Amino acid sequence: MKCAYYPGCSLESSSAAYDVSVREVADMLRIELLEIDDWNCCGATEYFSQDELTAAAVVARNLALVDPELDQLVAPCAACYLNLKKTDHLMAENPKLGEKVNQALAAGGLHHRPGRIRVRHLLDVIHTDVGEAAVRDKVVRPLSGVRVAPYYGCQVVRPFTDFDNPEYPMKLDELFTWLGAEVVDYPAKAYCCGGHMTQISESQAFELIRRLLQCAASRNADLIACMCPMCQLNLDAYQGQVNSHFRSDFRLPIVFFTQLVGVAFGIEAKRLGFGKEIVPAETVIRDRLGLPELSSVPQT
Amino acid sequence: MAERVGIYVCHCGSNIAGTVDVEDVVRWAGENIEDVAVSRDYKFMCSSLGQQIIEEDIKTQGLSRVVVAACSPLLHEKTFRRACASAGLNPYLFQMANIREQVSWVTADKAAATQKAKLSVVAAAQRSKHQQPLQPSHVSVNPATLVVGGGIAGIQATLELADAGYHVYLVEREPSIGGHMAQFDKTFPTLDCSACILTPKMSEVGQHEHVTLLTYSELEEVSGSVGNFKVKVRKRARHVKEDACNGCGVCSQKCPKKLIDDAFEAGFGQRKAIYTPFPQAVPRTPVIDTDACVWFQRQKCRVCEKLCPAGAIDFEQQDQIVELEVGNIILATGWKFFDCTKLPQYGYRRLPNVYTAMEFERMCNAAGPTGGKIVLRDGKTEPESVAIIHCVGSRDSQHHSYCSNVCCMAALKFGHLVLEKTHADVYSFYIDLRTSHKDYEEFYQRLLGEGMHFVRGKVAEVTNADRMPLETGKLVVQAEDTLLGKQRRVPVDMVILMGALEPQADATEVGRTCGIACGAAGWFTERHPKLDPVATMTDGIFVAGVCQGPKDIPASVAQGAAAAARVAGMIAKGTVTIEPITASVDEEKCSGCRICNALCPYSAIEFDEEKTVSRVNLALCKGCGTCVAACPAGAITGAHFTDDQILAEIEGALWDARPSGNEHPAAPALVQCTVDSG
Repeated sequence: MKCAYYPGCSLESSSAAYDVSVREVADMLRIELLEIDDWNCCGATEYFSQDELTAAAVVARNLALVDPELDQLVAPCAACYLNLKKTDHLMAENPKLGEKVNQALAAGGLHHRPGRIRVRHLLDVIHTDVGEAAVRDKVVRPLSGVRVAPYYGCQVVRPFTDFDNPEYPMKLDELFTWLGAEVVDYPAKAYCCGGHMTQISESQAFELIRRLLQCAASRNADLIACMCPMCQLNLDAYQGQVNSHFRSDFRLPIVFFTQLVGVAFGIEAKRLGFGKEIVPAETVIRDRLGLPELSSVPQT
Repeated sequence: MAERVGIYVCHCGSNIAGTVDVEDVVRWAGENIEDVAVSRDYKFMCSSLGQQIIEEDIKTQGLSRVVVAACSPLLHEKTFRRACASAGLNPYLFQMANIREQVSWVTADKAAATQKAKLSVVAAAQRSKHQQPLQPSHVSVNPATLVVGGGIAGIQATLELADAGYHVYLVEREPSIGGHMAQFDKTFPTLDCSACILTPKMSEVGQHEHVTLLTYSELEEVSGSVGNFKVKVRKRARHVKEDACNGCGVCSQKCPKKLIDDAFEAGFGQRKAIYTPFPQAVPRTPVIDTDACVWFQRQKCRVCEKLCPAGAIDFEQQDQIVELEVGNIILATGWKFFDCTKLPQYGYRRLPNVYTAMEFERMCNAAGPTGGKIVLRDGKTEPESVAIIHCVGSRDSQHHSYCSNVCCMAALKFGHLVLEKTHADVYSFYIDLRTSHKDYEEFYQRLLGEGMHFVRGKVAEVTNADRMPLETGKLVVQAEDTLLGKQRRVPVDMVILMGALEPQADATEVGRTCGIACGAAGWFTERHPKLDPVATMTDGIFVAGVCQGPKDIPASVAQGAAAAARVAGMIAKGTVTIEPITASVDEEKCSGCRICNALCPYSAIEFDEEKTVSRVNLALCKGCGTCVAACPAGAITGAHFTDDQILAEIEGALWDARPSGNEHPAAPALVQCTVDSG
């Protein structure tokens, strides 16, 4: 199947591991991801709280740039996914706003008709369109013995509830079962990671991060699998500071779910961005899965 | 011979006369309308004196038609028809013109109002000349009644009618009557043992000479109309002969197949494949669940048959269709409990010690799966703290927006039982505390005194994701305490979910079978929510109990009794009057296309397969006119709303646009009149 692809800024930089693993996995699953030509930043969480019209116009430009032959748009980043979906929804629900947005787009020779494109998260495409049988079929190295805590974060499951249950989603859990992993019952799976609170109010953010790590650790998870660059960054990059702040001793690798999918599909760990994470996933990959040690990969 | 029309214009005090120049209308009518014998005004036409004027004129002036220009016919059409009838004039030769709600109450413009009043009068007068005398018909009322649903409301209705000497067929889908009340432990606010107050009534029903009890049965088909319904009931095969079984219970004891009882034990306890749902079941005869029974599934066993001392087991037994004739039907089909897995944040079926209210009732019940002990899922540990969450699925825009009425009181009752039987702390998490009926507020005060804790806040989640040591191993209930203005995390051992009451899964189908509708929330629609809560828009079909809307036991009993009283009244009267404003099919003109059959909102049109013509059932027809308008052959006439009558009324209303010569009348005058006054 063919989908328009919106990587978003994070996937080009701090979350490069997500981007490479997404492309490898999509390739394996015959999902053709066609990157939007000349896409721009989605504005993340800040812009919409400043000026709705401008924020919507900035996002809508990406929607307008989608190839007219394609009607599905995949975004692996949860924030990008939500912004794209939200903007399309806003333009449909509020025709006046939609008109103004299109006026802005017209200045660049563009136009977006709300509802033309279905904005999907990659997990949705894998779970719904590819499906269990096809995924199981591709598994050459079942993730047996790996205890995964599937972490959804908020933006993929709320406020739009068409993909999975907003309070207790299960689709990532199910995907990991298909890959043969031991899925940890992770009740904090849809709790907020704090998002940009790490910039605004560190101590608040630390507690939000701590409770996620603690819930996974207390259930003996080997690692936490994320579907959002922000979540991954918060849990991984701030793990050290959380430890100093709380005198805790978390050592949980935080990876992107597609990296584990890739491992299960037999793709080399190197090609899946392993080694870019701060709390190293190496021991888990090596010990639990019996894979050769990762040669040192320079951190970006 | 020309008609003699009497025109009466009411002042209605100043309601009409304040805006409409009543005397001018009277004078104008007398001068301009043909065939007017009398034209009068009076302050209050609906008063006895007003009616007397009409009656006198009918007799002395030989009036053959009467028109009253006054308020809405919804209020006084009956009054004036009665007046005409008592003076010897057929009541359907009367017509009412509404010059209040449609004229004086919608404009302050006196000139426009007076003009429109004149037009209303002449429209009514012209119509009346085409009206024909009509006779209502009468049907007899079969004194037998069908009650569907053997819960407390149905039981009450049954006993009231049966005690009055009228026969009742009580149909119940479960193997025993008793409904949900049989599952409860204690009832609020008296803390009476539910079974103790219910079972005497159940026994009475079971033994009553005027009751035919059809349990494990389903209502299949209803036809006919008020006074004369034909009903088909499917008596499902119990595979136990009712007259042979003596209720000894050996069969259930020895049955090797155990399974979870989703019905009576609310999924908390178990039963056997051959079972009676509870010890006090009426009738006592057990039932074989063929989906679970080892013989029906795998052709092995038949232990019950071998051991039954009365030889009552009958594996060959078949369903039976019972045909009944009744005069009235009372639906008391009750409710089902909300599926709490729809709120996954509360952890039902995921976190072991989260219970539904129904499971907890069974836990408290001495005859229940734990012998009345309040313990955790391990079957032995007593909880040290219990949280009760109100409004699970109720007052919720994602599920049911209504309040389920009984849960606040039930939550207080549970609090009391926990405090009485254990040393646990009890926390109620509520939005509001609805304790409005007799002795209910006092019950709340009692619980305050007993030390129950109350947190006003809708629970965000119940989780085992402990954040600190004192939460480890507990269920944490997180809610915003809106009176404190703070988030609270309360670690407890057990959580009880006060789930919503919902209409039965097949309520819409049952309604359709009987020809009644359900409202938006799924409850049966009553005739009037305030003034007629037990009748429905279909004559002869009544509703009682929670199937009409969530309510407690006293209200259900009251409605059961109310429905029975209505039925008893009809039986005592013996006949039902059918208004003659009905449609009729001219069989010569009918081509048998059957377009009218599907369009009738009251399913009142039958098709005669032999003659291939449609025929209107006069008892069901409400005279709406849909079929009259739809018939492509013009074969249907609506009595009292014939084409002639309607056209005459329109012509009258277009009085101002009457052609002076031979031109077609146009409508601008009338339109102008209404635009100016609007």
